[in-house]
Amino acid sequence: MELLDPTAESAPLARAGAPRLAAIEGVTVGLLDISKPRGDAFPDRLAELLVARNVTVRRYRKPTHARPAAADLRSQIANDCDAVVEALAD
Amino acid sequence: MSKLADLDDGLLVVVKSDCETCRMVEPVLGVISTRTGIAIASQDDPSFPAGLTVMDDTDLELSWELQTETTPTLYRIEQGRVVESAAGWNREDWRRLTGIEGLGSGLPVSRPGCGSKIFEPGTFERLNHRPGSLRSRRVTVAPEVDPFEAMMSLGWSDGLPVVPPTEDRVQGMLGGTSRDAAETVCVMAPDLVECSVEKIAINAVMAGCKPEYLPVVLAGCEAVASDLFNIHGVAATTQFAAPVLIVNGPIRLELQMNSGINALGPGSRANATIGRAVNLVVRNLGGARPGGVDRSTLGSPAKWSLCFAEDEEGSPWEPLSVERGMPEGMSVVSAFAGHGPHEIVDQASREAESLASSFAAQLRSVGHPKLMGSLDALVVVVPEHARVFADSGWDKLRLRDELTDRLTFDADEVVRGAGGIAEGVPRVRLQPRMAKFRPDGLWFACAGGTAGMFSGIISGWTGGPRGSQMATVSIDNWK
Repeated sequence: MELLDPTAESAPLARAGAPRLAAIEGVTVGLLDISKPRGDAFPDRLAELLVARNVTVRRYRKPTHARPAAADLRSQIANDCDAVVEALAD
Repeated sequence: MSKLADLDDGLLVVVKSDCETCRMVEPVLGVISTRTGIAIASQDDPSFPAGLTVMDDTDLELSWELQTETTPTLYRIEQGRVVESAAGWNREDWRRLTGIEGLGSGLPVSRPGCGSKIFEPGTFERLNHRPGSLRSRRVTVAPEVDPFEAMMSLGWSDGLPVVPPTEDRVQGMLGGTSRDAAETVCVMAPDLVECSVEKIAINAVMAGCKPEYLPVVLAGCEAVASDLFNIHGVAATTQFAAPVLIVNGPIRLELQMNSGINALGPGSRANATIGRAVNLVVRNLGGARPGGVDRSTLGSPAKWSLCFAEDEEGSPWEPLSVERGMPEGMSVVSAFAGHGPHEIVDQASREAESLASSFAAQLRSVGHPKLMGSLDALVVVVPEHARVFADSGWDKLRLRDELTDRLTFDADEVVRGAGGIAEGVPRVRLQPRMAKFRPDGLWFACAGGTAGMFSGIISGWTGGPRGSQMATVSIDNWK
């Protein structure tokens, strides 16, 4: 039997991640708070630990956790940072 | 490729052996063949009429090109075009077209023909969209594999069996709209995928829809994919929300949608499959799969399907679609991010004041009795409750105002910690008086059986521009 694919056909079975950083010293890491209550607790602690390891930290915040990050914010992070950590909450 | 263009100038007749009128004119066709020559095309059996040269049109390609409605139909063809035709048997018409005097003198003056095979159920839909015109990737299921199991393994299902989307079925589904299969209907989050009419039709087949439901499914997808509705948030939330569809206008009756007994439950094919199709599109095209982007803590049966029609005829109020700014008489679907229902049981109130207080008491519990101004709600008002409000002269506006009065609370009652409950309004958001619902966060639709004073609350999700807002679109636009 021949069936028509109901999916977007665009998603490969597995998506390759971005190349891993060889080391974190001297790189810039973005910390994205999704603006849920206490969503800053994890990035705050992470920032302390990263700065102690000579990492430049930049902080970002989505206006609302209920919507995806706007394209502007995504491209700003991509331009400014070598890596990003998105901190979920709850 | 045109078969008509290849024909020589002259006469053509389209017949089928399974037609009494065609069999009656069989001798006449012999006479014409001898005297002037005639091309004969058979829709079902090229050995009929016996003894004559007959073109095989069992694939109906020539009949489709001619849009032959009746067998027999006699045509005069010039330069690949029909210049004159006569449907059925009519002696005068046939004599004029053939120029043969005295033709069929032994036959009745006229006799109606039979229905052409191109209009048989299933055939019309297949011919209406040309094979090979569909662009979707073909997935071959080996003969020894059960297609139902294969589709489960491919991850195409919501957990219930889906109908195999074969080319014939999808072509048939596409017969439900005049729109081109390749046209883009919407861009569906979270994967931001352009959804074509064809892709949505495939999911509608799988959900079990009939072709005539397709315009509602297309409109439902348009509504759900709108920026207003914010399906990304609705699909991804850890809360319960799903797209709830409310249908208004004449199409409710045409599709025999249920707005009566068990309107929110099973039993109606249209209600069940339209809602399911939209959810399958969100899953299969949008990419929101439970455990993936769909992070709902408990989920809800509404994520399979929650779609119903408003009982406009039984309602004392204007339809939801009109309140939403659409013209009366237009078929319309509204998408609301919600789940449920949660019941309002009140069998004793005979006055609007009392019943409104019951509604308010139950509505306060949407989300949490101490959460204010965050979650929306849609109340499905049943006939026996609607009548109480109507008898007291209350319109929807009055009901909303009265509920707002009853659902506005002092800060110290709803603040976090009040009443020994940690949950509540955070101090930073606290106002002296707090309303339960945002100004456009409380909606009403009428539905349900005529017996039972049991209305239903469809609890919503985070409302307003920070969350999801009701989206209302025309269905007629997608016919």
